[in-house]
Amino acid sequence: MHELSLCHAVMGVVDRARGDRTVSRVQLRVGQLRQVVPETLLYCWDLVTENTPMAGAVLDIDHVRVRLHCTDCGADTVIEKSLILLCDSCRSPTVQVREGEEFLVTTVHFATPTAPLSAPAEENDPEENSYGPIPST
Amino acid sequence: MGRFHRHDDGTVHQHEHEHEHDSAVATDLGDHTGYETGADRIDVLERIFDENDRAAAANRAAFDAQNVTCVNLMSAPGAGKTALLQRSLGELRDRGVRTGVIEGDIETSIDADRLAGLGAQISLLNTGNGFGGECHLDAPMVARALTGLRLADLDLLLVENVGNLVCPAEFDVGAHSSAMVYAVTEGEEKPLKYPVMFRAVDLVVVNKIDLLPYLDFDIDLFEANLDTVNPTARTIRVSTKTGVGLPDWLDWVTAPERR
Repeated sequence: MHELSLCHAVMGVVDRARGDRTVSRVQLRVGQLRQVVPETLLYCWDLVTENTPMAGAVLDIDHVRVRLHCTDCGADTVIEKSLILLCDSCRSPTVQVREGEEFLVTTVHFATPTAPLSAPAEENDPEENSYGPIPST
Repeated sequence: MGRFHRHDDGTVHQHEHEHEHDSAVATDLGDHTGYETGADRIDVLERIFDENDRAAAANRAAFDAQNVTCVNLMSAPGAGKTALLQRSLGELRDRGVRTGVIEGDIETSIDADRLAGLGAQISLLNTGNGFGGECHLDAPMVARALTGLRLADLDLLLVENVGNLVCPAEFDVGAHSSAMVYAVTEGEEKPLKYPVMFRAVDLVVVNKIDLLPYLDFDIDLFEANLDTVNPTARTIRVSTKTGVGLPDWLDWVTAPERR
């Protein structure tokens, strides 16, 4: 059930990114090795966003399978379902994970179009600028 | 494999992959905090574990500043994490190792009470919240628990994680090493069923070996399965009931290379 805390973290990222806009859809990229149950993640998303400005936003999960690089024979292996990391060519367990450990918010979609980016910067109060990078904490 | 989402009527379904991954993006997980802005969407590319990993790095820096070795102890419920600590704390004190324990427990202080009076500093961390309790410890929780410990007076800090073979593997808490307690009553196949967790540990303490005469447990098959998912993990056979194997565990956890 780490899906619940993951949804809290996703909501934090989305909330910082959205400014005062209404979020319609959030795209995630989730690697197979993160052991996330998609149905549980979607259920938890509804739960944690209830009564927040992100309520009703659709969560879209882009599932990334595992891609390994064997450090013994150099072959690449793509794993569809299993979580056991073995090279397909030589069965070596000495492998590097190239893909499959991601957990990213990739894109946030809004219900209404945002103001054009070309608006002169001096008209924006920097404190209110919702386009800026997330301040490091 | 593909994309999952839920419709307004509550149904969940999956589409085939709609695009090829840009592997440069998928593998380059550096600083992507700057947004690209479009008309009605923004590309964020922010890693969800970044916040935890920053807190874990801060915890590790705090340990290093005080020369404290931190070991994250994980297992399924009931494998014997607390029993191992109970047997270890007095021995560690006798060896002159000043030990602290962060005790992760969803609701009660039962485990922390079992460890009281054995010469260690104990910081209890209840993970219960409005949703019924976390299934793991994360780095910010451990940071909070550190406020209940005097790190300057410690050599070793043992983090007893929440009993669970899935979630704790996902969260770096800032420990230098990770160990799992595994009971022989759990069968031989768990490394194959929970490979992410077994891959995340440096040591497996195979506990309750006093029960081996009464079980069909094939310890060689278990070790072969472990070797399949984690060829570098060490195993130490222990009985927290009889004390067999405890010196080997104590040697491992106090070895200078743990940090």
